[in-house]
Amino acid sequence: MHDRKAITGFPLVVEPLLSTMSKEGKNTRRMPAPFEEYPLDDIKKDMINNDLPLIPDVSEVETVRHFTRLSRLNYGIDDGIYPLGSCTMKYNPKICEEIASRVKDIHPADKKAMVDILRILIDLSKNFEEICGMDASTLWGAAGAHGELTGMLIIKKALETKGEVRSKVLIPDTAHGTNPASCAIAGFNTVQIPSGKNGYLKASTLKDYIDHDVAALMITNPNTLGIFEQEIACIAELIHNNGSYLYMDGANLNAILGTSRPGDMGVDCLHLNLHKTFASPHGGGGPGSGPVLVKRQLSPYLPLPWITPDKKGLYKLKWDSPTSIGRIHSGMGNLAVLLKAFAYILSLGPDGLKEVSRVATLNANYLKARLSKSFDLPYNTPTLHEFVLTDKYQKAHGVTTMDMAKALIEFGIHPPTVYFPLVVNGAIMIEPTETEPLAELKRFADVMETIAIMAKDSPHVFKNMPSTSPVCRLDEVWAARHLILTWNMIESNKKVVVSK
Amino acid sequence: MNFPANLKYTKNHEWARVNGNKVTVGITDYAQSELGDIVYVEFNDKGTDVKQDGIFGTVESVKAVSELYAPVTGTIVEVNNALEDTPELINTDCYGNAWMIVIEMKDTSELDNLMDSKKYEDYVSSEAK
Repeated sequence: MHDRKAITGFPLVVEPLLSTMSKEGKNTRRMPAPFEEYPLDDIKKDMINNDLPLIPDVSEVETVRHFTRLSRLNYGIDDGIYPLGSCTMKYNPKICEEIASRVKDIHPADKKAMVDILRILIDLSKNFEEICGMDASTLWGAAGAHGELTGMLIIKKALETKGEVRSKVLIPDTAHGTNPASCAIAGFNTVQIPSGKNGYLKASTLKDYIDHDVAALMITNPNTLGIFEQEIACIAELIHNNGSYLYMDGANLNAILGTSRPGDMGVDCLHLNLHKTFASPHGGGGPGSGPVLVKRQLSPYLPLPWITPDKKGLYKLKWDSPTSIGRIHSGMGNLAVLLKAFAYILSLGPDGLKEVSRVATLNANYLKARLSKSFDLPYNTPTLHEFVLTDKYQKAHGVTTMDMAKALIEFGIHPPTVYFPLVVNGAIMIEPTETEPLAELKRFADVMETIAIMAKDSPHVFKNMPSTSPVCRLDEVWAARHLILTWNMIESNKKVVVSK
Repeated sequence: MNFPANLKYTKNHEWARVNGNKVTVGITDYAQSELGDIVYVEFNDKGTDVKQDGIFGTVESVKAVSELYAPVTGTIVEVNNALEDTPELINTDCYGNAWMIVIEMKDTSELDNLMDSKKYEDYVSSEAK
């Protein structure tokens, strides 16, 4: 059995949970008094909770220091480059936060204020539809995979309405792992299609997989190799001639924003990842948002509520429809993320959006041109916003992708996506995004080149990396095989219970 | 890499040991080495039916989660539950103690769809390119 402390050093630097610091009376701040007039009369007695909240009793200074210390253990997009492939970790402009924060006090029951919110949401929908070349949309998806599920349920409902039974969804092997999962939850069987040595799906390959049981093809364009699906028009034709639908995962929309439109490629249904393409914080930084856009023939099935104009031209929510798939989210989706996306679109304008995809592609190709001299590039096909390298050259010296990812942490840089996509052995998937300045791209490339030289000259040093980060090299295998969940639950506001 | 001559192999890197109408199934040396350290496995229950090339479980390593595919059609008559607590056996003893399930085969002619060790070795070296 390993000694965890010896391996990780983690207990030496761990920041205790606030609840373990909790002690009655530590918080000497007065709580604000309740509103003088409070509409409790409208609430049923048994619905009112009179218990004190189970939150830690800690002083202000302890609380501030706790979160400040935690923030110093963290690495975020505000620290430096975050080249996590397929995640689009771009800088999130603060103006969007500011705009979204101004509506945070509006209550959904405030009908007058909500009229304006609904108008903003309609404008946002129209913007998405214009950007993507689609006809109608829903904004309620909670994030990417939820958008996929919503889209597949829409397609299922459309088929059912036509009286067709189709059980298969085709998915290229360069897809995100969420794609088959979403299809399975929607009740479809998935069939994986090989993309072949050029790294994109051939219409001739697709032909072999098409039959009358195919409900849809789920494609990501550009795919997870960063390669544009250049046969997309033929693919769409094949799919449509078979009576199937073309679904596009919009996770990589950052590569084509303002330059080409999924709707023009023949896509029937797609989801967007606002937290990727439209710059709201994600990855521990806040909720996502996954709007779903459809062509006209799929619009009757969009989830509820629908935003519709009333006789006076004001917008209201429509809560019932015999054709809709029903509700997919409480309230109005992740409203704050929607507002940030709207602020982002308006602040950039059409030319700015085009600039996003151009610079994202330029940045990725700068890094690719430099790094493909030191690392194996498995596909020669031109790439857009991201590219995939492998550890082939370094593995000859016993240094793997994982070793190099850990070494990047030692250099103070967040590693790229590793071992994905699955079609590439020892994949290193790099997506710098458009928001990185040239100096930061150069710094990253310098570090990667240094790592490549180290792999040749001193491969033994990798095994101990990182050694200067808050936690050193973690034994991931041990951790995965021996799950220990530690938490502290406050049983009442007077007593702290420690559980393990 | 070790590919015993007395076993049959699938394109998805499972091996099959045939004994009458019973087939013992596991994953190959190539599969375990590509997956890396295996941390979790899960199989369909004893008594469930599986189809040739149908999924009978999942295997999870630090790198990825992969599906396990049945080499033949039939009923699962035995499951190696010990692997739940000791998935690392798959890395150390993939053809021995890390067998996964035993299938009672419906149609022995399905065995013709599987590869022998020589063919599988060629298949692996072409895939590894």
